[in-house]
Amino acid sequence: MIKSLLSVALAAGLGLSASAAFAQTTTSATLDAVKAKGYVQCGVTGGVPGFSAPDANNNWSGLEVDYCRALAAAIFNNADSVRYTPLTSQERFTALSAGEIDVLSRTTTWTMSRDTQLGIKFIGTMFYDGQGFMVRKADNIASALDLSGAAVCIESGTTTELNAADYFAANNLEFNTVVFVDQDEVVKAYEDGRCDVYTTDSSALAAERSKFANPADHIILPEIISKEPLGPVVRQGDDGWFNIARWTYYALLESEELGVSSANVDEMLASDNPAIKRLLGVEGDFGTPIGLTKDWAYQIIKLVGNYGEVYEKHVGPSTPIGLARGLNALWKDGGIQYSPPIR
Amino acid sequence: MTDIAFVRSEIEKAQPAPRSQTGLVAWMRKNLFASVSDTILSVIAILFLLWIVPALYGFLIGRAVPPGGTVEQCRVENVGACWAYIASEIEFFIYGFYPMAEYWRPNIVFAMLALIGLPLLWPSAPFKVVNAILFFVVFPIASVVLLSGGMFGLRYVPTEQWGGLLVTLIISVVGISLSLPMGILLALGRQSKLPIIKTLCICFIELIRAVPLITILFMASIMLPLFMPQGTTVDKLVRALVGVTLFASAYMAEVVRGGMQAIGRGQYEAAAALGLGYWRRMGFIILPQALKHVIPGIVGNFISLLKDTSLVYIVGMKDLLEAVKTKNDAIEWASPTQSVTGYIFAAAVFWVLCFSISRYSRYWERRLNTGHKR
Repeated sequence: MIKSLLSVALAAGLGLSASAAFAQTTTSATLDAVKAKGYVQCGVTGGVPGFSAPDANNNWSGLEVDYCRALAAAIFNNADSVRYTPLTSQERFTALSAGEIDVLSRTTTWTMSRDTQLGIKFIGTMFYDGQGFMVRKADNIASALDLSGAAVCIESGTTTELNAADYFAANNLEFNTVVFVDQDEVVKAYEDGRCDVYTTDSSALAAERSKFANPADHIILPEIISKEPLGPVVRQGDDGWFNIARWTYYALLESEELGVSSANVDEMLASDNPAIKRLLGVEGDFGTPIGLTKDWAYQIIKLVGNYGEVYEKHVGPSTPIGLARGLNALWKDGGIQYSPPIR
Repeated sequence: MTDIAFVRSEIEKAQPAPRSQTGLVAWMRKNLFASVSDTILSVIAILFLLWIVPALYGFLIGRAVPPGGTVEQCRVENVGACWAYIASEIEFFIYGFYPMAEYWRPNIVFAMLALIGLPLLWPSAPFKVVNAILFFVVFPIASVVLLSGGMFGLRYVPTEQWGGLLVTLIISVVGISLSLPMGILLALGRQSKLPIIKTLCICFIELIRAVPLITILFMASIMLPLFMPQGTTVDKLVRALVGVTLFASAYMAEVVRGGMQAIGRGQYEAAAALGLGYWRRMGFIILPQALKHVIPGIVGNFISLLKDTSLVYIVGMKDLLEAVKTKNDAIEWASPTQSVTGYIFAAAVFWVLCFSISRYSRYWERRLNTGHKR
């Protein structure tokens, strides 16, 4: 601790010269710094199951954690070269712009004001979230349009409340809100049968459902009534790093689309498909121009997997969270996850 | 002279008290049902106990899933506390993200704290001077080296991986050990006749006391990085330690000053008349009396400091409470009473720690009780 205090004092003294040293013209100052320290510093949530949370062995795990691991795999050929900084939602953007973290992968909704006013850049949508409805299976409700006259449990003062009111008004449905201040109270009220419907973001609905005594007695309706695109974020002003971060995400998507997974990636090296050849670096070199190696995508797939694998592992239908792919399916499967071609 | 018919040669044995004055019935009549209002209060209290005790017993023990149970046992209707969840995640609650293979390092630190710290709290334990040097010099250095590693072949463990009870204890022990001496110095400074020192101390105390701890930590975590040059950071644990310690010492200073004001002017003058210098006057005459007066205040500060450590979640540290909150969402233990059980566990740990401090301070109050007791 004394050491770090000292280094702080030193750094404060040398502040100007230090920032001057960072402004050197390479492909990416962040990439150089990351390579020099030997790990990617990744900002995550304090613990949201399926996205970033400690697993049974107290290692970080989740969909957003695996994005950071993919980034590390592309840079270091080692998915474990990541250090995680749990951040509250208030401090996440400061931590990023102050350089405490290299990438923010923390259930952050992509909005225009954030993208344009905070000096940050969203690299894509890792997860299309949105507000959904949960009902009891016994009520035999198949669609949100059947909800007329239902009592809806809602957290007060949130956009959730406004979204629901808009949706019901737009579809000429009657509804009664039962409003609570705290999320836990909302869940409890729904469990106790004080309302028929519980509404919040669908990923949160799924996580709460897994806590019920009989999760199978509740279903999440297919309608999503708001847009909550969650994606990783980097600092503005380092285009080289932005490229690496963005194409790491695209490599996850492209590999799923081409059917390359962590299980078959070694066989796929011998594939005749030119798209696969380009992806895996067998033909052409797309890694070196962005400061990585030729086999960058191979490393991502080998060490972390493709998007579908990661999704299935952390939030998919076979996990306790049990979220269907929905919007997060690839474009050719009816979803909107789409990668520009690697060529 | 008439003959005295009977002379008692020994004292008659006292009769036992009448039945109506002893035994359970009499005790109840005296303590529970002495008057109408007593009776009403007693009945209400007994009804309350009859209602709460079986409910608590049922939740905490009767319907609870004991350690070693499975998540399926916890995932049923109307289940009690899920102790199996606590038992399974206890390592996270104690060590946070500390690597499992390195648990022996915090364990040694805990053992050192017990072996070196406890004798220091025990007045009749021998070797006080050696003990104090061990605790205030050797123990902190050894702990930092052990916990963070990176030398002597120990693997480097960055502080963001420390967590749970470990972080709670580190912040409390450091805060408690530093805030008392700092508070005394600030109190002396505030009473000082030197204008610059006095002004500085007053400004510091009033500034810190006028700002909530949550704001200080928030500033440390959000504003500080913006002032720093790009790429340099202050360790988050250090930020939390500095924030908590500064905060506690400002409050401590005012408590100590209160104690000093209770000392009569005569004591100051008598000490000066003996020809003692400033530090001796304070160290031998004033402070020993002043501190004795304010033990409850000092201990109150210690306890609130210990509980305030849970605010470090603001800088992203996972103290005991935050570790419990994190695991309360753990999907592999998802069950109806998971969160409640977690919070009960955290409350119990905090209660044990705070109650021990409180009992220990009572012991010192009794021990130092030399003619001031009211």
